[in-house]
Amino acid sequence: MLSLTDISAGYGSFQALFGVSLEVKLGEAVGVIGPNGAGKTTLMRVISGLLPAKGGAFSFEGRALTTLPAHRIVAAGIAHVPENRRLFARLTVEENLRMGAFLPSARRHFAERLAWIYELFPRLKERRRQLAGTMSGGEQQMCAIGRALMSKPQILLMDEPSAGLAPLVVDQVFDLVRRIRAEGFTVLIVEQNVQQVLEVVDRAYLLESGHIKLSGGAAELARNDDIRRAYIGI
Amino acid sequence: MDIYLLEAVINGILLGGVLALLALGLNLIFGVIDVVWIAYAELVMFGMYAVYWLTNVYGWPVLLACAAAILFVALLGVLVHLLIIEPILGSAPINQLLATGGLLFFLQSLATLLFGTDFRNLGIRLPIIEIGDIFISFSRLLAFIVALLGASALYLFLSRTFLGTAIRAVAQDREIMGLMGVDQRRIYLITSAIGGGLAGLAACLLMLQYDVHPFIGLTFGPITFMICVLGGLGNMIGGFVAAFIISQIIAISGYYVSIEASYVLAFVVFIALILVRPQGILGK
Repeated sequence: MLSLTDISAGYGSFQALFGVSLEVKLGEAVGVIGPNGAGKTTLMRVISGLLPAKGGAFSFEGRALTTLPAHRIVAAGIAHVPENRRLFARLTVEENLRMGAFLPSARRHFAERLAWIYELFPRLKERRRQLAGTMSGGEQQMCAIGRALMSKPQILLMDEPSAGLAPLVVDQVFDLVRRIRAEGFTVLIVEQNVQQVLEVVDRAYLLESGHIKLSGGAAELARNDDIRRAYIGI
Repeated sequence: MDIYLLEAVINGILLGGVLALLALGLNLIFGVIDVVWIAYAELVMFGMYAVYWLTNVYGWPVLLACAAAILFVALLGVLVHLLIIEPILGSAPINQLLATGGLLFFLQSLATLLFGTDFRNLGIRLPIIEIGDIFISFSRLLAFIVALLGASALYLFLSRTFLGTAIRAVAQDREIMGLMGVDQRRIYLITSAIGGGLAGLAACLLMLQYDVHPFIGLTFGPITFMICVLGGLGNMIGGFVAAFIISQIIAISGYYVSIEASYVLAFVVFIALILVRPQGILGK
């Protein structure tokens, strides 16, 4: 469904990704794990069109997306929950969700999508008139996920959804990820929290210094000694 | 209360409406596109000429001429963005300032070339309203009411529609708008058209009260800019409030001292307030 071939990318003269290839199939949840600065966020930004790839190609459902700008990639069915949530802090929760439904195809179904998101996250309904910036970190993450789901994407990219949250809230965020999977969404998730992410995904890739070092089933990677030593701390 | 002072206060409020409209347009452009259209009042000047030309030379009805002038200045706004702002969007603010400053001189000179330096007006004399012993000019009252209606329409558009919400969102986080499926360039063009349209509306209202000439922009440009800075540049509500503060200072000091001195006093108050609150009265 989503297929990356030999992607390289960077900022100015700094190269962050070196020939990354990766695949996500329909209905799968795939993780990309790795240390800080490995290029995980860069990878997400390339897929959603925020950063043009310098080499390689990627396609979604057989359609080449490599050179499309971000707003056309969303229209193709890829939604991105960015790192640090990036809510519009001075818009209300409902206005943030409205932005998620900006595409004409989503706008037509705005009312029913909104009802669906409020059913999925009742907390957002309670807070719908509150400014997004005044909510707690976990609620903001909920709102960011809800905003991305408003376009009813075929695949959801999540960049470090647990970053900067208290341990208890991190558990809640991973519960959210499980619920989104249960709703039938295909998910590509980038995380530093290796132990917990391997519990929610089917497969994962290990990204280090811009190279894919390892890939495999989640259970298999969770048993891998190198990964346990470096990222799980056992 | 002194009846003449009351009249001055009322006139101040009426003046504030049109200034607030101008400040809204300038703040919208700055908040969304992050550039200052120094030549904003010159766009107003071209709008005033459009009203004059269509009514007095081509004989159009005033309302139709006003509608056409608003569309015309909205189109000018789009052209300003396409031809001047877009090529230098990523460059240093000082370059953008110089470019729109250059546009100011260009438009002034162009107007002088096209229309000469004559003062022109519509030749319409609207009645003076008498309430008790107070005299209020109907054209000022009309300008005030229409300005408030224009501001309310803008408020509803920005708060109720998808497009309006996107315009407010761009001002908060430019980069991720693409992730919402929003084409940033399209938002910039629409914002420029609205900014131009507001200048066009202000032009129609000013044409009811003033003569147009190539340098009329100097009467409103600096004071609009001052109002925006006082309210917190980019802060639309701040600019709205500041417009009424400045217009009151002008009106009241104009009554006690003289009209010339009132502008001086307005700038003195502005400098004093900016020393206390450099971010503007409602700035962050």
